[in-house]
Amino acid sequence: MQQFINTALGGLTTGMVYAAFALALVLIWRSTRVVNFAQAPMAMVTTFVALAVIDAGFSYWIGFAVALAAGLVLGAIMERGVMRHVQGKGEINAVILTLGLFIVLHAAAAVVFGNDFRSFPAPFGVRGIEVGGRTVALTGFGIFTIIAVLVVMGLLVALFRFTDLGLRMRAAAFNPEVARLLGVRVPRMMTLGWALASLVGSLAGLLIAGGSLIHPSYMDSVVVLGFVAAVLGGLDSPLGAVVGGLLLGVTLAFVSGYLGSQLVALAALLILMIVLMVRPGGIFSTTAARRV
Amino acid sequence: MLAVDSLTVSHGPVTALREVSFSAARGAITAVLGANGAGKTTLLRTVSGLHRAGAGSITLDGRPIDRLPAESMVALGLAHVPEGRGVITELSVEENLRLGGLGRGRVRPGDLDLAYDLFGVLAERRNQLAGTLSGGERQMLVIGRALMARPEILLLDEPSLGLAPRVVAQIFALLRRLVVDQGLSVLLVEQNAISALSVADRGVVLHLGRVVADEEASRLAADDQLRHAYLGF
Ligand SMILES: Nc1ncnc2c1ncn2[C@@H]1O[C@H](COP(=O)(O)OP(=O)(O)OP(=O)(O)O)[C@@H](O)[C@H]1O
Ligand SMILES: [Mg+2]
Repeated sequence: MQQFINTALGGLTTGMVYAAFALALVLIWRSTRVVNFAQAPMAMVTTFVALAVIDAGFSYWIGFAVALAAGLVLGAIMERGVMRHVQGKGEINAVILTLGLFIVLHAAAAVVFGNDFRSFPAPFGVRGIEVGGRTVALTGFGIFTIIAVLVVMGLLVALFRFTDLGLRMRAAAFNPEVARLLGVRVPRMMTLGWALASLVGSLAGLLIAGGSLIHPSYMDSVVVLGFVAAVLGGLDSPLGAVVGGLLLGVTLAFVSGYLGSQLVALAALLILMIVLMVRPGGIFSTTAARRV
Repeated sequence: MLAVDSLTVSHGPVTALREVSFSAARGAITAVLGANGAGKTTLLRTVSGLHRAGAGSITLDGRPIDRLPAESMVALGLAHVPEGRGVITELSVEENLRLGGLGRGRVRPGDLDLAYDLFGVLAERRNQLAGTLSGGERQMLVIGRALMARPEILLLDEPSLGLAPRVVAQIFALLRRLVVDQGLSVLLVEQNAISALSVADRGVVLHLGRVVADEEASRLAADDQLRHAYLGF
């Protein structure tokens, strides 16, 4: 029983991180129909920025905030400086460009930050907390992870659901031409979409790094799982990304705990195949709008 | 006054408009008529900045607007209702309307009543996704949404498309009312020439991208030769 609970809690924590990463992918996919393969190295870069700030003698929290802000700025720069110039010139070009960015950011990080493993601090304990004399696998940092992701998601939902800006962003994503006719500055909304996505990606990067080692490629394994989580949820649905991430995190924790960790990648693939066979549009695919 | 002068517009190798000139007066309905492919939609899209003219100019009260981006037109008082019912299907009816109002700044809670009073059915469906509306309801939604921005000039692209004659008559009667009561100006693109001329003040006939007639609506409707040649009735 205890192992069961511990496995579930561990899965929930990693699931939250997958969820955040998937959310970052969904935000960009929704607004620009681009699968951003550069999401992982972008998060890696901002995590290294955090480490640089912390190494310079500032607190963890300052590093954390600077990394999120850097994520926002990096996302905006990517959209303005790079992605915008391939917009509307074939979707595959944009996707290949993000693959190119993946490689460039990797190389740049290796040059600037070095190619070694470096340890990244955590603001809370990374040992299990005690409940009734027993230690459960939920760490202080795990609780922080869950809360941080929930807060960011709550803020995003509030932004999209309840604010004028969120309404404009959704309109720009769903129907850019009509949005323009209604006075929405669509390019600006796309920049903002990339910036927010990159911020969420940075959060995922920081949470994965907390209390462990970072390296220019430490995020790469998350790309695959985050992508699977996003597709599970339907790619278009932020809520789907979250549910997909949690589902994946918990399932993979059980596979790893009870069947063996070497089966994790295979299991992820299997889950993806099964879900897509049952619901080709993902778990949260909305029924297609009627065509009059 | 919205004035178009010697406008020439191409889609790649296809020239859709050739030296088109006409003007749409304030407080009047100007109908632009013509067969499929005459260039009507191209004309509206060029006026609202979605498409760039190869040559010629477009002015609003003497001020050139042909270099402005489409997203700045609402602020100038120009609202374009696109062809084929441009509702944003993924947003609710209310969100579509709010978005229309945002074009002119903030939307206060009571503002939506403007559209709900005109089209009662929209109030009943306010929380439904716009994608679930029928064709006629969508047309009401896009017109209501355009009016939310309190435009001075309304550009309408085939509002009668696919609607029952009774609904078309209602919509045209509403346009007339807005013109008379509020001084709205309307540039109405239509294939349905009979209905359009019955409500319009002036009619411009396009044929293969050229203006072949520009007259008072009643005189156009009475011109047998022109009607047979270009309007098919
Ligand atoms: N995006 C485009 N690419 C190429 N050609 C186009 C494009 N849009 C319009 N055309 C061409 O320009 C001409 C005018 O088209 P337009 O859509 O303006 O006609 P219309 O009068 O609105 O017709 P309809 O009554 O069928 O809507 C047509 O010959 C059309 O094929
Ligand atoms: Mg047309």
